[in-house]
Amino acid sequence: MSALRTTNEANTASKVIKPSGTKPPSRTNAATGKSTSSQFAALADIWLPRLVLSPTIIASLIFVYGFIALTAYLSLTESRMMPNYEFAGFSQYAALFEIDRWWVAAANLGIFGGLFILFCLITGLLMAVLLDQKIRAEGALRAIYLYPMALSFIVTGAAWKWILNPGLGLEKLMHDWGYKNFSFDWLVDSDMAIYTVVIAGVWQSSGFVMALFLAGLRGVDDSIIKAAMVDGASLPTIYRRIVIPSLRPVFFSVLLVLAHIAIKSFDLVMALTAGGPGTSSDVPAIFMYQFSFTRGQLGLGAASAMMMLATVLAVLVPLMYMETKGAAHGR
Amino acid sequence: MAANQTSPTSPQFSTGLSLGRVLIYVLLILCALYYLAPLYVMLTTSVKSLDEIRSGNLLSIPLNPSTYAWSKAWGTACTGVTCEGLAPYFWNSVKMAVPAVIISSLIGSVNGYVLAHWKFRGSHIVFTALMVGCFIPFQVVILPMARVLGMLNLANTTSGLILVHIIYGMAFTTLFFRNYYVSVPEELVNAARIDGAGFFMIYRRIIFPLSLPIFMVCFIWQFTQIWNDFLFGVVFGGSDAQPVTVALNNLVNTSTGVTEYNVNMASAIIAALPTLGLYLVAGKYFVRGLTAGAVKG
Repeated sequence: MSALRTTNEANTASKVIKPSGTKPPSRTNAATGKSTSSQFAALADIWLPRLVLSPTIIASLIFVYGFIALTAYLSLTESRMMPNYEFAGFSQYAALFEIDRWWVAAANLGIFGGLFILFCLITGLLMAVLLDQKIRAEGALRAIYLYPMALSFIVTGAAWKWILNPGLGLEKLMHDWGYKNFSFDWLVDSDMAIYTVVIAGVWQSSGFVMALFLAGLRGVDDSIIKAAMVDGASLPTIYRRIVIPSLRPVFFSVLLVLAHIAIKSFDLVMALTAGGPGTSSDVPAIFMYQFSFTRGQLGLGAASAMMMLATVLAVLVPLMYMETKGAAHGR
Repeated sequence: MAANQTSPTSPQFSTGLSLGRVLIYVLLILCALYYLAPLYVMLTTSVKSLDEIRSGNLLSIPLNPSTYAWSKAWGTACTGVTCEGLAPYFWNSVKMAVPAVIISSLIGSVNGYVLAHWKFRGSHIVFTALMVGCFIPFQVVILPMARVLGMLNLANTTSGLILVHIIYGMAFTTLFFRNYYVSVPEELVNAARIDGAGFFMIYRRIIFPLSLPIFMVCFIWQFTQIWNDFLFGVVFGGSDAQPVTVALNNLVNTSTGVTEYNVNMASAIIAALPTLGLYLVAGKYFVRGLTAGAVKG
């Protein structure tokens, strides 16, 4: 898919460039340049690029790598309300693993992440395959499936909090339609609250998965499909055996992005359930926020943040490795 | 994005009206209704009165539409302790997002230019190292960042939030521009170099004029990210610089008094309007940003 995009853009690029190509923009410069100044220019061309990039490199070293190191160090201290820079070993991690709420949050992340990724993949792929069948008004349908992605998770959470509201929302609608015994109170049921986060999350992100898969489907080599059709393969078989397996790289990208969204999910849970009822729909991101900023447990907050980073790495590194390996083998 | 094309690559199917095709359309329309339903519910709820909300249901059509909830959401609704509506927070978000989007895009453009056409020893490592910034969960940097903003006297200010968004947006903007500029022919840049054009001359005369499409993608992506951000806003925004997402969350999750669902929904739409409007106007670039952000070069 990225290859397709690149050729598109290269085409537009070359179209625009042509007129200026006939008149090199630098002629005046070359004509007036003396030997000393051209030496200077050559030197400048070596150092200017590095100079231009250096603020970003420095900022990245400090604000990404340096800050991760600082958080890591903070997680090894006894910091509470204020940072305390005395080294204390792994006591914060030991304390973290003793807290039931942490394990509730971790388990919720597992439930939410797993179901969120699964349902997004299924609905996204299904919609992409359906949309790939030369559909009228494809553009409009695509736009409808994708618009939730423009909304913030806070807005999504607020909307679904109202829809899933027991007593007034969906439940009342079903009662009005004659299903008097219908009951849907997951939002306030501590066993089920985390599943409402899945519902809202899938609504928000599955259109995006559809867009990625659709772009991938459009990049599948047509000649292979035609050959299979000549051999008499049915359409579902062609999709199952040829088209979908060739989407392997898209699957990796989708997994990468969805896993990332799931692990850092904070706003959606805050808006929808605020981690409640009680702490039943807590996730590590909320745990980290509350222990660091409302409970004055900086060390514990830092330790939980490091655990989140470890989770991201545990998911991303194997995925990236597999993807680059797949690329090296020519896919 | 490739999906915009008429797609000569997708297999040829019969376009007649068979049972299968009817089924496909039914499924697609059901999906569309599922995605549209919350928007319909938000819009209709926001113009109903509380009585009408209690007597009707989610899908019932508003009988006496009124803009009461909208004006309350904008001007007088209570977000936590203050009751000035969403307006001040909406402007906070504007003041934060506009400069942050412009500055981070410009930095990304120059960075991308260097990484695509002025490669030096180790520039590949620099690029990879920068890209890590796209992946880290921000929880792992907020504690030191809070400390640094405090030391710079930027805690709880819009300037502080702008700085944070520029820093953590650079990885993505650099990625966008680098991937785009790689497709600008190397020969073009080299020819200009032989003619004696320097680093900035080539950027100004060749690269920058070609950059409008990618600037659009980058602006929209960054604007959506920054406008919709909640974590940085709630941690670094304090009470004065709070962005609209934080105010909306406070409003929706206020537990005192009667919950005014119509005001909540009007507020949610107000908070969503800028990004939603951008999506409607420039959806093509939005999708391109999403896919470019998802597929790493």
